[in-house]
Amino acid sequence: MSVLIELFLTFARIGTFTFGGGYAMLSIIENICVEQKKWITHDEMMNITVIAESTPGPIAINCATYVGYKRGKLTGAFFATLGVAIPSFIIIFAISMFLEGFLEIVWIAHAFMGIKIAVGILILDAALKMIGKMKKKPLQVGILLASFAVITLINMLKIHLSSIVVMLTSALVSVAFFIVQKGHGKEEQI
Amino acid sequence: MIYLDLLIGFLEVGMFSFGGAYAAIPLIRDVVSAHEWLDDEMLSYMIAVSESTPGPIMVNLATYVGSNKGGLLGAFIATAAVMLPAFFIILFIMVLEKSFLKNLYVQAIMRGLKPCVTGIILATGVYMILGNCYIKTEKSIDVTAVLITCGLALIYFGFRKFVKKGLSPIGLICLAAVVGVAVYGI
Repeated sequence: MSVLIELFLTFARIGTFTFGGGYAMLSIIENICVEQKKWITHDEMMNITVIAESTPGPIAINCATYVGYKRGKLTGAFFATLGVAIPSFIIIFAISMFLEGFLEIVWIAHAFMGIKIAVGILILDAALKMIGKMKKKPLQVGILLASFAVITLINMLKIHLSSIVVMLTSALVSVAFFIVQKGHGKEEQI
Repeated sequence: MIYLDLLIGFLEVGMFSFGGAYAAIPLIRDVVSAHEWLDDEMLSYMIAVSESTPGPIMVNLATYVGSNKGGLLGAFIATAAVMLPAFFIILFIMVLEKSFLKNLYVQAIMRGLKPCVTGIILATGVYMILGNCYIKTEKSIDVTAVLITCGLALIYFGFRKFVKKGLSPIGLICLAAVVGVAVYGI
């Protein structure tokens, strides 16, 4: 029982004090779970990072579920995941009740007119960082350009087509490419 | 039925957001604009609020949209929905299939998804930046916004050349708020 409470409180602390989303959280989780509490090893932390990056969903949730499961199986995973999400839930729920009224204050509205420009830059920056880290083989570059073009078209023409369709198509193209290459016995070259 | 829409919408977000919070933004934008829940402007505000408050950005956005459209229950449903896929996928990998991610077909899928997600984020960022610089009602370019965009981008990307860690996202948001008050308030 105390294991569960400790998991919950530790992850609630991580959820309360980390700003900037998942990647910022990874270093805090490493600090607390590896160095302080010794719940998992450095290798396991590396493993979590890889898994979190290649599975969908919030990175903090992936980590909490992983560490929670290691410490306390299914219930451990549940309590750790609950812990990491509850602080933001409470904070954002409170903000949501007065945000719109808040935006009616003139100088706040002005501040947010500047802030919305910053958000565009942050999204662009996230994409540029991902391009920097990406493998630049023909398949990858082709998919990148094609998805960019399709989504831009969807945005401009205001078509209701989910990005998920574009993602599934890209996955299919990549698998087809893999099967063809495999057929030619060129696996290592992908 | 708003609760069902929230549940399905955010399950989709949780299931397809590969690569962290910014990968979720285009998906959340799909969901909120398909149901006409939030426009781009309000979504931008919420991204800024989520970035400046603690916790996972995706969870913050889900809680906000849920609360805005369906009160406490809506917030709970949207937040749970965005988390559930991640929770079960990690359990699946740990309990049943430790080598799942090493499967060659899974890796082929990932190889296709990563550049696709990158392209989607890039397109969303570019579109939102252009949208900020265009006045729809007058069909003209908002020169002030263009100047602020160039100035902030120059400071944000230029900062990295001189300071090792650069300006943090929250730093940029605070700076933009000050610029907004100064430019639009006077």
